[in-house]
Amino acid sequence: MTATTGHDIPARAAGTEPIIEIAHLTRRFTSRRSETVALDDVSLSVRPGEFVTIAGPSGCGKSTLLKVVAGLTRATEGDVRLYGKPVTGPQREIGFAFQRSALLEWRGVRKNILLQAEMRGMDRRRAEERADHLIALTGLTGFERALPHELSGGMQQRVALCRALLHEPRVLLMDEPFGALDALTREQMNIEMNRIWRETGTTVVLVTHSVPEAVYLGSRIVVMSPRPGRIVETLEPGLPDRREYGPTLADPRFTAAAERLRDLLGASHAPE
Amino acid sequence: MVTTQEARPTPPSARGPRPRTTRAAGTPGSRALTLLAESWRPVAVLLALFALWWFVAWRELVPAYLVPSPGAVAETMAADWAMLLEHTWVTTLETIVGFVLAAVIGVAAAVLLVYSRTAEKSLYPLILFAQVIPKIAIAPILVVWFGFGMTPKIVLAVLIAFFPVVVSAVAGLRSVDPELLEMSATMGASRWKTFRKIRFPGALPQLMSGLKVAVTLAVVGAVVGEFVGADRGLGYVLLLASGNLDAPLLFADLILMSLIGVVLFVLVEVLERLLIPWHASRRGNLALATV
Repeated sequence: MTATTGHDIPARAAGTEPIIEIAHLTRRFTSRRSETVALDDVSLSVRPGEFVTIAGPSGCGKSTLLKVVAGLTRATEGDVRLYGKPVTGPQREIGFAFQRSALLEWRGVRKNILLQAEMRGMDRRRAEERADHLIALTGLTGFERALPHELSGGMQQRVALCRALLHEPRVLLMDEPFGALDALTREQMNIEMNRIWRETGTTVVLVTHSVPEAVYLGSRIVVMSPRPGRIVETLEPGLPDRREYGPTLADPRFTAAAERLRDLLGASHAPE
Repeated sequence: MVTTQEARPTPPSARGPRPRTTRAAGTPGSRALTLLAESWRPVAVLLALFALWWFVAWRELVPAYLVPSPGAVAETMAADWAMLLEHTWVTTLETIVGFVLAAVIGVAAAVLLVYSRTAEKSLYPLILFAQVIPKIAIAPILVVWFGFGMTPKIVLAVLIAFFPVVVSAVAGLRSVDPELLEMSATMGASRWKTFRKIRFPGALPQLMSGLKVAVTLAVVGAVVGEFVGADRGLGYVLLLASGNLDAPLLFADLILMSLIGVVLFVLVEVLERLLIPWHASRRGNLALATV
């Protein structure tokens, strides 16, 4: 069942072909001694322009789900499609932001972002212009030459975000990108993430185990249970795309969804 | 489309000017001072040892044919400098060629071992086993095979210096963060690009440690090669001097050998500084130096 059904779902998300389609996905990890079911019969489709957050306790296979979509790990059973085509190997038509920022420690900020262009063989001048635009967009101006170890955790994640957005991917997959940040920086990153999403129109799937993050960012919140990972419920609080942080947190639609999400996650944590 | 009037907070860390880092070295004067502050201790120990040597020789606590006085050694060096220089050059050349070959072959072998499971399974145990064979014992065979020229010395230098290069390069190439490889895959990067831009630079810190060990071993290889059969080089001169009980020449020769090792080691250090200024080990050094 759905807790709340939104009335003002963004227009761009309505009535279009799904950009990601996951049908009956199961992922098992087998070792000599045991078999772990990471994902069990997960079905989910994401429409263009949506911001889907996947919330669940640690070890519920939500990162695996993201990696299956990116083609970094295979599905054991089921069908995964990206842009209508079945995912068989690593996908390059996406942007991927990792849990740890995965920056090259010998490259400065700008060069780390431009790695994306070098690997893809993009036009250098266009890529540089785009990189400078993203650097400005994420407030990294003045740090272009700084090495990763000279940056704070939040800034490192901004660099990773710029890198993931450099080639203007239609889909951005984010694996707990703000998990390692302190609460305050995380809030700021959430606000910026919402703005970047609106300004770029990118479809985003973000994995998180933070309740406020999931509800504040998601136009749709997919709640998962721990092992085996299943989708328990999908929440659509129907908040407007543009969200001021403070007012949104006080919005009854937000609080209702957050409470429901907390209940669901709490229930799945309960001892058996 | 979107009129942005909302507050856009920037984190406090982003507001200030670019942080000053330890990478920014001080003025030349202060740099010389820190160099002095760092190096006075080993220099002091060296001077003490030298003083002890001088004292022993001066008081003739040990016969002069066993331990010559520093003065006698210096005289020999001054008198025979042309001869010594020529032989030093020969040994240096053998060492450098041997070291460079060992580095190239070692890195190539490491790449093969890391990228091919078959090669790893069939070759790596053999390389480890081959390391157990005393290389010095191979020297006579090399003379039989390659004659008295530079070749057997270079081959021996390669054989001795190869192992630390392979081991460190394999360790370095393997230590790449798997997440970086996944990231590279989502960028659609080719294997070669992934190697060139991610794997190899990431392996450099460990590789450089291996190269530093290798360069000192290459000197040993060259000298031992000269012991076994040569008509040139510092190893050959050492044998001659030993046969003639020419202690000053022995000591002069030994000093020159050590000098080759030290100079080449410093050169590799400089190379390291140029290649991986970003690495934590380098940062640590400089941070301490600026204290």
